[in-house]
Amino acid sequence: MTPEIDIATTVNGEPVNARVPARLSLVDFLRERLELTGSHVGCEHGVCGACTVRLDGEIVRGCLTLAAQADGATVETVEGASESSELAALQEAFHQRNALQCGFCTPGMLLTSAALLKENPSPSREQIRDYLSGNYCRCTGYQAIVDAVESVAKGDAS
Amino acid sequence: MKAPEFGYLRADSMAGAVAALAAHPEAMLLAGGQSLMAMLNMRLAAPSHLIDISRLAELRGASLSGDVLRLGALTRHADLLASAEVAGAAPMLAKAAAALAHPALRNRGTIGGSLALADPAAELPACVLALDGAIEATGPGGARRIAAADFFQGPFETALAPGELLTAVEVPRPADDAIWTYDKLARRNGDYALAGLAVSGRRSGGKLADLRIAVFAVADRPVLCPGAARALAGGDIEAAVAALARDLNPIDQPGCSGATKLHLAGVLLRRAAAGLEGDAR
Repeated sequence: MTPEIDIATTVNGEPVNARVPARLSLVDFLRERLELTGSHVGCEHGVCGACTVRLDGEIVRGCLTLAAQADGATVETVEGASESSELAALQEAFHQRNALQCGFCTPGMLLTSAALLKENPSPSREQIRDYLSGNYCRCTGYQAIVDAVESVAKGDAS
Repeated sequence: MKAPEFGYLRADSMAGAVAALAAHPEAMLLAGGQSLMAMLNMRLAAPSHLIDISRLAELRGASLSGDVLRLGALTRHADLLASAEVAGAAPMLAKAAAALAHPALRNRGTIGGSLALADPAAELPACVLALDGAIEATGPGGARRIAAADFFQGPFETALAPGELLTAVEVPRPADDAIWTYDKLARRNGDYALAGLAVSGRRSGGKLADLRIAVFAVADRPVLCPGAARALAGGDIEAAVAALARDLNPIDQPGCSGATKLHLAGVLLRRAAAGLEGDAR
C-alpha cells in the first residue's frame, strides 16, 4: 500500500485539500494533480532550476520539496505570479530581448529573477549572473536573459 | 527519476522525533531535504520512512551566549547569510553560504543537514572543523557534545549513533586577534568544490598562532592539516604547501584526480596565506 498524506495548502491564492503519496514531489503535485504545468520538470535532482516555485514566498526547487511539506504552506507558481501581473515587466523584457527560445527554463528564470529584484533592486550584471547561476538555459547562452533582467532593474524595459 | 516509496512521519516535538527514530531504525531524517531529496530521486537512498523534523521550532535560530555561537540544526544557508549573530561571530559561515549552491537551495538547505550528511565535498563541515566547533547530538539518553574534529569519520560517516539527531552546531566566538579565510575552487558557480579551504587562527604580535587549516573535497572527509598549519605559522609557505601531501590522503573523483585535488589545495593555501593579511579583524 502506498503511504499517503492529507494536505491542506494554498496554491496561487486558492485553498487546496488533497491526499497525496508521501513520495510525491511538490512540482509533480502541481503539474499532475492541479494541472499547473507552467513549472517544468527537468533534472529532478535540484540542478536545473526549471521546477522553481515559491513556498511561503521564497523560491524553492519543486523537485526537492515533497507535496507533503506544502501542508499548511502557501505555494505560488508562475501561473499565479503571471496572473497577478507581478511578472509583467520581466515577461515583456524577456520577450523584447529574445531571452527565450524553447521556453523550458523561462518560468524558473522569471521567478528567480523576480526574487533577485526583490532582494536587490539594482543588481550588477555580475550579480544577475550569480543569482541565476542555478537556472540552466540550453538555448540562449544567457546573454539575453541577463540583458532582460538588467533592463527591468534599470527601469528601461520598453 | 522519482523517489521510491517511503512512509512519512512529521515530528511535532523533539521527543516525538527521537521516539520515531527509535521505532523506525531504517528511517531517515528530513530537514531541508536539498541533498536527501536528490538522493531519493536518484534512488541512492531507500529509507523505510522519512521523519520530517523541519517544523521543530526548537531547532531554529542563532544565538550568542557567553563565548559560544549556537546554531539550531535547522538554520538554513539563507539564514547564515542574513544573521547578524553569524556576521559578528562566525563570518566564515556566511562567506561559505554565499557560494553554497544557489538561492533556491539556500532557502531550504540547513547546517544540521549538511553536517549530518557529511558529504566530503560539503563546505560547512570544513568551516565548523576549522572554527573548532562542536556538534550537539540528541538521542534517547539526552544530549551530548561531539567536537567537530571527532565528528567526521569518513565519506557520509559521522560520530552520530543510531537513534541520535544532530540538534545544534556550536562555534566559539572569535578572539579579538582572530583571523580567518575561506575559499573553494569549483568548475561552475555554486557547484560542489574540486577543492576547498577553511582557515582560522590568531595573529598576535605579527605572528600567526593557533592556525587550523581544514581542507574539503580532497580527501574522504574534511581534514585538519596540522603539518601545513605549523609550517604556515612559521612563515614558510613552500613548506606548508609541501606538508599538505602528508596531511591529506587525496581521492580521485571522475574528472578530477587526487593529484589535481592536492595541487588545487596548494593553490588555495597560497591564496589563503596572501589573504590572511587582509582578513585580520
